Amino acid sequence: MSALLDVTGLSVRFATEAGPVTAVQDVSFQVRTGEVVAIVGESGSGKTISLLSVLGLIDKRNTTVAGEVRFRGLSLLDLPARQLRSLRGNQIAFISQDPMTALTPVHSIGAQIAEQIRAHEPVSRRVAHARAVDLLREVGIFEPEDTAKRYPHQLSGGMRQRAVIAMALSCNPALLIADEPTTALDTTVQAQVLDLLRRLKQVHNSAIVLITHDMGVVAEMADRVVVMYAGRVVESGSAGQVFNDPWHPYTWGLLGSIPPLTGARPRRLPSIPGAPPQVGMAGPGCAFAPRCPARMAVCSTPPPRKATADHAALCFLDAGQRAVLRPAGVAA
Amino acid sequence: MLATILQRLIQMAFVMLGISVLVFLIFFATPGSDPAARIAGRNAAPETVAQIRHEFGFDRPLPVQYALLMQRLFITRDLTSFVNRGQQVIPQVIDAVPATLSLVLGAAVLWVAGGIGIGLAAAAMRDTAVDRGLMILALIGVSMPVFWLGEVMNLLSQSRYHDTWLFSWVPGLGYIPLTQDFAGWFKALVIPWFTLAILYIGIYARVLRANLIEIYSEDFIRTARAKGLSETRIMLRHALRTSLLPFVTMFGLDFGALVGGAALLTEVVFGLNGVGRLTYQALQSLDLPVILATVMYASFFVVAANAVVDLLYAVIDPRLRA
Repeated sequence: MSALLDVTGLSVRFATEAGPVTAVQDVSFQVRTGEVVAIVGESGSGKTISLLSVLGLIDKRNTTVAGEVRFRGLSLLDLPARQLRSLRGNQIAFISQDPMTALTPVHSIGAQIAEQIRAHEPVSRRVAHARAVDLLREVGIFEPEDTAKRYPHQLSGGMRQRAVIAMALSCNPALLIADEPTTALDTTVQAQVLDLLRRLKQVHNSAIVLITHDMGVVAEMADRVVVMYAGRVVESGSAGQVFNDPWHPYTWGLLGSIPPLTGARPRRLPSIPGAPPQVGMAGPGCAFAPRCPARMAVCSTPPPRKATADHAALCFLDAGQRAVLRPAGVAA
Repeated sequence: MLATILQRLIQMAFVMLGISVLVFLIFFATPGSDPAARIAGRNAAPETVAQIRHEFGFDRPLPVQYALLMQRLFITRDLTSFVNRGQQVIPQVIDAVPATLSLVLGAAVLWVAGGIGIGLAAAAMRDTAVDRGLMILALIGVSMPVFWLGEVMNLLSQSRYHDTWLFSWVPGLGYIPLTQDFAGWFKALVIPWFTLAILYIGIYARVLRANLIEIYSEDFIRTARAKGLSETRIMLRHALRTSLLPFVTMFGLDFGALVGGAALLTEVVFGLNGVGRLTYQALQSLDLPVILATVMYASFFVVAANAVVDLLYAVIDPRLRA
């Protein structure tokens, strides 16, 4: 099956007062129809920026985006603004991280959803409003007619995120980009929102790109995983491969930080020591090397990309070294 | 909604009461000065002072003095000026209101339209030459003193270029009542309107631009973009709509103050006999009853404009609805 979204060699540079800073470098991944791709990494690893630049949602005046992004064969980065706009919200929808601030405070929920429908389809106000109510019902909002008339501040966080999801689904997008959709929510609401996304994926047959730093969410949702660190993709593969046979020591760290469900409870959860490099401050070598438990002298030179058909990592370690160095309990 | 309005009206009444007490205390209970002598004006005969002392009850306790004064201001409305002997004060103020209202309302239309237009244009073309040019113009507008700009305009339109096609339509200085001659009213006020509005256009445009730019970094603007809305729609329906609150707050304060007499300089320069000019003349001749009346009138407008602004808040921002 050909890819719905094909990102190749994407790099994003910001112009700052201290000169240009590369926030994202050589990022490539594919999303196929109907699959969930999780993009994992800690704050500042460039995962949100990558996806925003794919959508043309970053400030063009101080950023340069290079590389190639194809959506259904269309090159998104070269598309005129008007055409890109007709894709956004229509074929590609975006759910942002914080439902508290994602909705305009002065318009009712229903009006905001109807606005998106009317931006892409020539329907009357009444029809758009009725569809907004249906969407709210579909995402499990109680009394959707009443909720449609409410303003964002009158809803709880979970309800708002449902409303945001309803809005994102309003034009049946083929691709849904969800930027940490559960981060700002309570644990129980998180589970509900994930359930909802999964169910909607089946109903609408949308592909989902899930940006997250929560490996639990990844395990639950993802078909494929892209691990990012300091603006680069350090590992990518199917969920099974990444969880059962992680190649990159950073992925080991991420997986090691999930509390085990069985066995003795660890006194402390393992964490990755140190902090990621500041954006744009990484040297030519592996950006993870300073924090890496398997660091070698060669790590100060650019790491090679090792890949099999569907599993790739940016690391010097080979299979034998990995087997020795990988902490027990990380891989199955 | 009705309850809110009623509540606001009662609050307003209390604020007015407080202001009137304060004004009264400043005028009549300042230690070391004789209010009767000041009301009588300069070089008044001793008999006049004695008569005033009796009429205003300055020989009786302060609360009685206050009550007497309020009675003369609001109930019998027979407060008289002693500088302009026998001139009734309240009708004088009421006669001055139409000129002030005409001036300020017209200028307000200009400055709201101009402020929003320039603010929007600058924010939409942020960091371009257009933005910078507009902001420099706005700054120039803010820094030009009204009395200077007004005199320059007078010099150009009344004298230097009055006989050219450019300004031959401008009537002589002064206010022409609206009811008497609409065209004349309009022509006489066009230049004062612009003169008064320029300062506020500059301030409002700069404030609105700053607000819009701040709002543009909010998540919901990104959501609006992700929805595929046009830039115009994002600007007007999402950004402008949410940045109107500080704009309306400022407008309430400025409008109230101007109607209350703060357009004094414009009125004096253009010879418009409004409340500001009345205050100005009263200050020059130390006509205390007139100053008293205009101060009370001004405070009423400031308080009333703020009450209206509070009610508008609820219309503009659903978060502020009770």
